Amino acid sequence: MLPYPLLTASLILMWLLLSGFTPGQFILGTLVAVFASWAMASLRPDKPKIRKWHLIPKLVAIVFFDIIRSNIAVAGVLLFGRGKGRRPGFLTIPLEIEDRTALAVLAIILTSTPGSAWLEYDQHDRTVLLHVLDLLDKNEWIDLVKNRYEKLLMEIFA
Amino acid sequence: MSAIIIFTAVSIAQLMIGAAMAIASLRMFRGPRAQDRIIGLDTLYVSAMLLLVTFGIGTGRVVYFEAALVIGMLGFVSTVALAKFLMRGEVIE
Amino acid sequence: MGLVVDIPLWGAIAVAFFLIVGASLTLIGAIGFLRLPTFYERIHAPTLGTSWGIGGIMLASMIYFTLSTQRFVLHEILIGIFVTVTTPVTLMLLARAALHRDRAEGNPDVPGKAHEEDGD
Repeated sequence: MLPYPLLTASLILMWLLLSGFTPGQFILGTLVAVFASWAMASLRPDKPKIRKWHLIPKLVAIVFFDIIRSNIAVAGVLLFGRGKGRRPGFLTIPLEIEDRTALAVLAIILTSTPGSAWLEYDQHDRTVLLHVLDLLDKNEWIDLVKNRYEKLLMEIFA
Repeated sequence: MSAIIIFTAVSIAQLMIGAAMAIASLRMFRGPRAQDRIIGLDTLYVSAMLLLVTFGIGTGRVVYFEAALVIGMLGFVSTVALAKFLMRGEVIE
Repeated sequence: MGLVVDIPLWGAIAVAFFLIVGASLTLIGAIGFLRLPTFYERIHAPTLGTSWGIGGIMLASMIYFTLSTQRFVLHEILIGIFVTVTTPVTLMLLARAALHRDRAEGNPDVPGKAHEEDGD
């Protein structure tokens, strides 16, 4: 009946947010959401499996904190840090996660934190090419990606 | 009192975002290569979206959010299309 | 601009604070966007505007409309989620396009491709 319950629920919520919380809009939104999730089911057969729901708030909190921290760092670099030993550079990191959704989440996290950008994922080698604004310590970045994000993502999308 | 604070803050924020838009369009005109121009356009529309939201706060109307959402969607689709074109165009050449 | 409804002072200060933080981060991002020398460095600058630039202004707007209309206004969350999800997509696509072009021209500053891609 409902192949993607989460998608359906968030579509209904979005519909109500945009058009007002009335019973009529709820029925209309539910219709649209159900048909949209059927269309989605015919588009993409593989379904993300989320194992440990209780770890998601932890991930969100970590990312929230990191975004604030790197915003401050990058703002400092952009305003004052010209020269002073700042070296931008490319960085290749081997990854262990294979789940598509987990990779997508990791890409969103890394790109939306200022200071690091996800360039390319190599399916064959299972490595990712990053570009980093301030590549002072290579191992620090590898450690950040592997231990801070990847471990948690592997636990969530087991 | 609070009206004055909000009015001042909204004006300052609008000036700053306007400056950001000017800088982004400068990069769009100068930008040595096509990808620089596209990313300039991307920054320009994100700033335009923010400017609309500050207009919403200044006038107290919620209509501006729909406009901001529309700008965001159109900008996203156009940037993706341009980036895709950048890749494909060179592959075929 | 005579439509500003009276809201409590702490609310006004919070709104002003988040507005200024968001707007100045957007401006700093744009300045960095102009100053950084290469394309791959420039790709980092707009993320300032799209992470906390957007976040600050959306928070300000949520506080303001929630206080002035006496009900929760959550439209901004939609815009925020939308921007957080779409910006990485555009940046990644652009970066891949730029990598592709640089490799096609044989630019020495860019790391080469390890393997041919399987599809697309």
